[in-house]
Amino acid sequence: MNLHGIWAIYRFEMARFGRTIWTSLAVPVITTSLYFIVFGSAIGSQMREVSGVPYGAFIVPGLMLLAIFSESILNASLGIYMPKFTGTIYEILSAPLSPIETVLGYVGAATTKSLLIGLIIFATAHLFVDLPVAHPVLMLLYLLLVAAAFCLFGFAIGILANGFEQLQVVPLLIVTPLTFLGGAFYSVQILPEPWRTVTLFNPVVYLINGFRWTFFGQSDVGVGISLGVSFAFLCACLAFVTIIFRTGWRLKA
Amino acid sequence: MSPDTNSAILRLQGVSKQYRDGPTALHSVDLDIRRGEIFALLGPNGAGKTTLISIVCGIVTASAGTILVDGHDAQADYKAARRRIGLVPQELATDAFETVLATVSFSRRLFGRAADPAYVERLLRDLSLWEKRSAKIKDLSGGMKRRVLIAKALAHEPELLFLDEPSAGVDVALRRDMWTLVRSLRDRGVTIILTTHYIEEAEEMADRVGVIARGRLLLVEDKAALMRKLGKRELDLTLVEPLGQVPVELAEWSPTLEHDGHVLRYVFNATDEHTGIPGFLRRVGDLGLHFKDLETAKSSLEDIFVDLVERER
Repeated sequence: MNLHGIWAIYRFEMARFGRTIWTSLAVPVITTSLYFIVFGSAIGSQMREVSGVPYGAFIVPGLMLLAIFSESILNASLGIYMPKFTGTIYEILSAPLSPIETVLGYVGAATTKSLLIGLIIFATAHLFVDLPVAHPVLMLLYLLLVAAAFCLFGFAIGILANGFEQLQVVPLLIVTPLTFLGGAFYSVQILPEPWRTVTLFNPVVYLINGFRWTFFGQSDVGVGISLGVSFAFLCACLAFVTIIFRTGWRLKA
Repeated sequence: MSPDTNSAILRLQGVSKQYRDGPTALHSVDLDIRRGEIFALLGPNGAGKTTLISIVCGIVTASAGTILVDGHDAQADYKAARRRIGLVPQELATDAFETVLATVSFSRRLFGRAADPAYVERLLRDLSLWEKRSAKIKDLSGGMKRRVLIAKALAHEPELLFLDEPSAGVDVALRRDMWTLVRSLRDRGVTIILTTHYIEEAEEMADRVGVIARGRLLLVEDKAALMRKLGKRELDLTLVEPLGQVPVELAEWSPTLEHDGHVLRYVFNATDEHTGIPGFLRRVGDLGLHFKDLETAKSSLEDIFVDLVERER
């Protein structure tokens, strides 16, 4: 195991994060505050409770995942896309690193950043609402699981992308709509049919509800299914990245 | 596997590369690089030099063939193989926002070596980079960036160093420094393979030279032998009256007749102490052969390439 190599990539990526630390941290804090003002205060004042949980607290897990999804994809995809773009990828490709070691370095660093951002949003939310957490350890593990899965996903996008605009396509056109339609700001239960059934085909519903369960001990869908979907997504991303490295697709001529 | 000092440090057998939807970049290349030598891979642009290097370093996947680096298969045992290799790429690809010291330390760790500040300091001093260690790479000149790339390639103390077109865009001072550095590395036992399309560079530095064109390794020779070939020069005498055949009195110089007998050509070796020109011209005068023009030409590397490529057909 090339531990020095993994650590080198990890530190390099964290240093990149460190150079933009203030924007990296300010953006999620400001965005979350805006969501709280719009959804929590304006709409929340009309809604009071969803499934027995005050609306302001109800949206926190969804807000955290919304940021985790986009930050994970953005950070992890840029992490591997930039070396491709500047040409410094030659050094990574010629280093004595196995695919798994390379992924551990890049995705490990991106996951760390996502976790930090998730926790900052969590802390920011406390400024606005009372936020009990029913299963704190499971909450952290779930956050880790989802962050790692989306960082792997972002890493794969970064390898496949042929331009900066392609980095944006999947997050903007797929992930953000699915998140907004995935019950980030509402309970699936309040939707009329057929939308309730249609929504259940959206995998993000399971990710958000599983995470919400760790906070409030209740969920629109079964926790087991949520965990299953999260793991399945992680495994799918892992398999995809493995195939890319095995074949050298878009990495090596 | 213990390294055998007599064996080749790099052995290529039947290495080919066919790019997808592209030309065949390499045709079954066989090559042995001796431990401790400086080997120059000469060839025109697009000959396959960078492809060959990239395959050995793991950046490009070979379509066929085997590569052994110090006895380690570059595919099956790629970690052991790559730890022994350092690469200075042709393009100035750097992390603009990193400092010199950070990027060189990064390279060392990336290749599996524990941090060694003393070694990195010595390396940066050798390359006149120590004063610039805290500078961001984006603020360095092109020549300094190339030094940084060399430092990065040497950061993990490789046994085999690839320099891909080291003098591309480099000023005279840096070129000279680089040649000095390359020699000092060789003295420390590092094997060096450099690609170039400048014959002077091969002449200045290499022990052996390989000529590659259109993806084929056309010859591998000691520099001295190749220089003799490159040292061929021609003396053309444009005659007033054309000749039907070469006079027997000139047989010892073996000249040839060109352009329907209008030109008498004598090919000689410019590196010889006695070129034979004075004697040849005297004999031509004695024979009463009048000439209206005299021209000498040197066979260039380009001619050698063309010759070799034509012969391949």
